[in-house]
Amino acid sequence: MSTFFQQIINGLSIGSVYALIAVGYSLVYSILSFSNFAHSSFLIMGAYTGFFLISTNLMPPLLAIFIAMLVSGGFAMFIERFAYRPIRAKGGKSLYYIIASLGISIFFENFIVAAIGANYRTYPSLLPYKAIKFLGLRISILDLACAGIAIFFLILLEFFLKRTKMGMAIRAAAFDLTTASLMGVNVNFLLSIVFLIAGFLAGIAGVVLGIKYTVYPQLGSLTTKAFIGAILGGLGSLPGAIIGSICLGVIEACTAAFISSQLRDLIVFLILIIVLIFRPNGIMGVYVDDKV
Amino acid sequence: MVSSYMLSVLTLICINIVAVAGLSLLTGFTGLFSFGHSGFMSIGAYTAAILFVKFNMPYWAVLPLGGLAACLVSGIMYPTLRLKGDYFAIAALGFGESVRLIMDNGGNLTGGARGFGGMPTLTKWPEALLVAAIALVLMRNIIRSRFGRTLIAIREDKIAAQSMGINVARNQYLALAISAFYCGVAGAMFAFFMTYLQPSMFDVAKSTELSSSVVFGGIGSLSGSVIAAIVLTSIPEIFRPLMQWRMVFYGLALVLTIVVKPTGLMGTNELSFGFLQRFARKVISVGKKNSQATTKPKGGK
Repeated sequence: MSTFFQQIINGLSIGSVYALIAVGYSLVYSILSFSNFAHSSFLIMGAYTGFFLISTNLMPPLLAIFIAMLVSGGFAMFIERFAYRPIRAKGGKSLYYIIASLGISIFFENFIVAAIGANYRTYPSLLPYKAIKFLGLRISILDLACAGIAIFFLILLEFFLKRTKMGMAIRAAAFDLTTASLMGVNVNFLLSIVFLIAGFLAGIAGVVLGIKYTVYPQLGSLTTKAFIGAILGGLGSLPGAIIGSICLGVIEACTAAFISSQLRDLIVFLILIIVLIFRPNGIMGVYVDDKV
Repeated sequence: MVSSYMLSVLTLICINIVAVAGLSLLTGFTGLFSFGHSGFMSIGAYTAAILFVKFNMPYWAVLPLGGLAACLVSGIMYPTLRLKGDYFAIAALGFGESVRLIMDNGGNLTGGARGFGGMPTLTKWPEALLVAAIALVLMRNIIRSRFGRTLIAIREDKIAAQSMGINVARNQYLALAISAFYCGVAGAMFAFFMTYLQPSMFDVAKSTELSSSVVFGGIGSLSGSVIAAIVLTSIPEIFRPLMQWRMVFYGLALVLTIVVKPTGLMGTNELSFGFLQRFARKVISVGKKNSQATTKPKGGK
């Protein structure tokens, strides 16, 4: 029984990191209605920047993490400006966005392989590998920090979206981009901000995943899990993305512990198919039909 | 002189043409982007290889059976097509990876990560050319049929197509099943070309290669996809030393194509006699002296 609770805690920890990724992805999806596969490159950007800044000891780790976030946020803005905006100017179909985003993710992952190398790199240990004992369960400080960081940034995002004027504009754009632009919202600026936020969140998730596991070019493939988490929760819904990702983390941890760690990804995919058959709207029940 | 190396490249080109022709129907004509079609190739390849080695079935029987197996498995993607949005793209991504994992953990049946061998080289260039030719003629007929026009209507405007009484999900699924069949056959050909199979041969990079051929060639042009498949298969052979950078250029070219000319090399044009005529006329009227260098069809003007 205690192993079960142990797995739940592991799952919550990794699930909250997935949530950071899924929220950024969902935010972009809710406005532009396409799967931004380039999200994985934002994550790798953050993970590698954080790794080089921390391992070279140029600055205190917290500052390094902050700069890694900024870099991946800036990278996301750059991608939006030079890849997605020209497509939008041509009245972009969602197919074009998807292909461009896939191209970016392929380019960036392989660029890292070719330029830096495919080997696994380990972050210098920032946190002690100790565990807190609580009610007979062992909670590692690392897991606790992961969840803490994730929850902190999710609350910050919620505050931004609900309490600021820019946040209101983003929510309006998610509802209807054209109408929002008619109401005087500067769509280009708004999309830059949205991608900046998505990049921030992916960047911090990249650093956290880098610390938790290692840094390698295929780290970005973990965003697929976050995409699946977002679908479980309801594509395009932010609370749904968080709940779905956390559920996915728990399911993964339990599968790895009780069934087989090799079949973990397979079972995640099966769950995706089952959810799509029986409850395609996801947990939060957001299902937006195409607008005519 | 034609060396055996060049003939083997020709064989590989023909195999890729079969797979890309299938994907062209799905991405080019139906508007669904897949990131997991190497999974269907993998299913076709392993089915054909296992049937041949363990059940002693003949080569010409296992090719369509490999395609059929991929076609049947594509059924699990059906629920994602009933939904609006990007469910299919993400599910395809998961599908490709799942197939690779299943083959990796297949035990004695698939040989696991060590691989599966024992096939003779039966896919040589005459066989490959024959299959590719049949595949292309069939695909051309599919695209020109009522069904093909239905798919184009779905690609252009899903809602309008639906209002005209088209069952969008059913037609999209048929396109997926046909593309899976093509990829399965290509995989089966590939098994008897390599004579050895490993799950990692059919990874995301392979899917990307197939999809990028369709995008480069032109979304909505079968001949464009074929030209792109020929070019993209031969370029890595010419630039062997740049192996590591190949995927970097693929990704970059994919982005640039979409940003600069989203319709790809050929647009929705097909490489036909009439197209060549129009193209030649355009070149003649624009260029002054260079026009002699271009291929001028016999019945020009």
